Amino acid sequence: MDITFEKVGYCYQKNSPFETRALTNVNVTFKEGSYSAIIGHTGSGKSTLIQHLNALLQPTEGTLIIGERKIVAGVKQKKLRDLRKHVGVVFQFPEAQLFEETVEKDICFGPLNFGISDEEARKRARKVIREVGLSEDILTRSPFELSGGQMRRVAIAGVLAMEPDVLVLDEPTAGLDPSGRTEIMEMFHKLHKEKGLTTILVTHSMEDAARYAEQIILMKKGTVIQTATPREIFTKTEQLLELGLLVPDVVRFQHEFEQKFQVKLKTTCLTIEELITAITPYLKNGGGE
Amino acid sequence: MIDKLIFGRYVPGESLIHKLDARTKLLAGIYFIGILFLANNLVSNVLLVLFTLFTMMLTGIKLTAFMKGIRPLIWLILFTVMMQVLFTIGGTVYFTWGPVAVSSFGLIKGTYIFIRFILIIMMSTLVMLTTTPMDLMRAIEYWLYPFKYINVPVQDVALMVSVALRFVPTLVEETEKIMKAQQARGVEFGVGNLFQQMKSVVPIFIPLFVSSFNRAEDLANAMEARGYQGGNQRTKFHILHWHLLDGATLMLFLLITMVLVMLRTT
Repeated sequence: MDITFEKVGYCYQKNSPFETRALTNVNVTFKEGSYSAIIGHTGSGKSTLIQHLNALLQPTEGTLIIGERKIVAGVKQKKLRDLRKHVGVVFQFPEAQLFEETVEKDICFGPLNFGISDEEARKRARKVIREVGLSEDILTRSPFELSGGQMRRVAIAGVLAMEPDVLVLDEPTAGLDPSGRTEIMEMFHKLHKEKGLTTILVTHSMEDAARYAEQIILMKKGTVIQTATPREIFTKTEQLLELGLLVPDVVRFQHEFEQKFQVKLKTTCLTIEELITAITPYLKNGGGE
Repeated sequence: MIDKLIFGRYVPGESLIHKLDARTKLLAGIYFIGILFLANNLVSNVLLVLFTLFTMMLTGIKLTAFMKGIRPLIWLILFTVMMQVLFTIGGTVYFTWGPVAVSSFGLIKGTYIFIRFILIIMMSTLVMLTTTPMDLMRAIEYWLYPFKYINVPVQDVALMVSVALRFVPTLVEETEKIMKAQQARGVEFGVGNLFQQMKSVVPIFIPLFVSSFNRAEDLANAMEARGYQGGNQRTKFHILHWHLLDGATLMLFLLITMVLVMLRTT
């Protein structure tokens, strides 16, 4: 299911003294099965953009095509629920959406809303709870007695249980400890690869964007200013720094390494593994090369 | 849905009205509602309408913002006006049908009530739009001060109200966020019969209550950590100041009152 934005614009509280423009002329495509990262400064419209992906917000200008559905600005939409079944969204701090008495009920809530049978929903709950790295006995507990990290995982499981084709993640690791971060990001990456999930990640972590994404969408003041591969984006770092964004540590290390030793590595390395392979030859001769 | 509420919204500006002391605005706003009831003829009503329009223009805020204040109440206003029009007897009767009668008295009374409603809403919207909620709170605290002598814990009440005001937008934001998250999980609001609609708010209310409890605990801890002990031992950071303009405004209102009293017909 491809998602395409064509000249999409969005205004909050249109025609009121509080009118604020959040998106202007956004043109971007999320291809089926791809992994995209959206980066940009706070207030650049990232969260507004992703709320369009399952039609929680509908464009005030332009056209949005989600799979077969075409959402044109100003045309009233019906049966959005069918659409939302295919696009799962994990919001920022998703633990705030838990409400049922037990974890199992909460996970089943989404699937049941989309007309999945009770039995099937429970089966899915048992499956996804393991996928998010929790044990099955947590299913009978109340979500409110869990730790913050566990609640986050339960909330994510609730979205995964809907078995969406597209998974939208709005800073899924914000406020988690470092090991929790890596675990959760690795889990999403595994799901993306195994199930061919189209994944769209909004993040402030350039490391995550560099490591996982195939496509990076760079936003500024409500517009997309560049769509490119991570390597392209992080090779030209001036633009990022201008936008007040950081460069991944690996890239920064490479820059300083190149300057110090007056060498130029073949490509911009995005992961530590790549960097190790690239600099090992220089170190073999005790730096004498 | 929530965007449409005008309540508690502040539109920043530099107008004369914005510069007025919050205490003046609050007092004048309430006083204005009181003197509205003095107007019982055409001339005094026209005078009040002109005065309201004039103050609205002074704020420099677009008229549409004021209109938004009326919208949620329009049915109540129309209902009351219709009752007055249909059930007042007297003067020339134009139309009767059972107990229902449209008469000249009814029409006139209906019109006055309509004007009264609109002016009350306009003035209170005006005070709200030109004063920050916090300033309004300080004004309320000031005017409540005398109640201290009959053992009303004015400072505590003021604190509670200001915390409540501070968290209105935060809670609204939170509500919207939770609504969206649940919509993404397949909840549809405003569809189905009454029972289904009531059921669909459960996934919003429970998380909202839970987060309010957590928030209250965090806030209470943070306040204690910063040395808050309650009671009256505190000094004030924001101090409101009277200016010449405030005195002039209050004088103007006294003048209007006198004119209205003189214009009153029996």
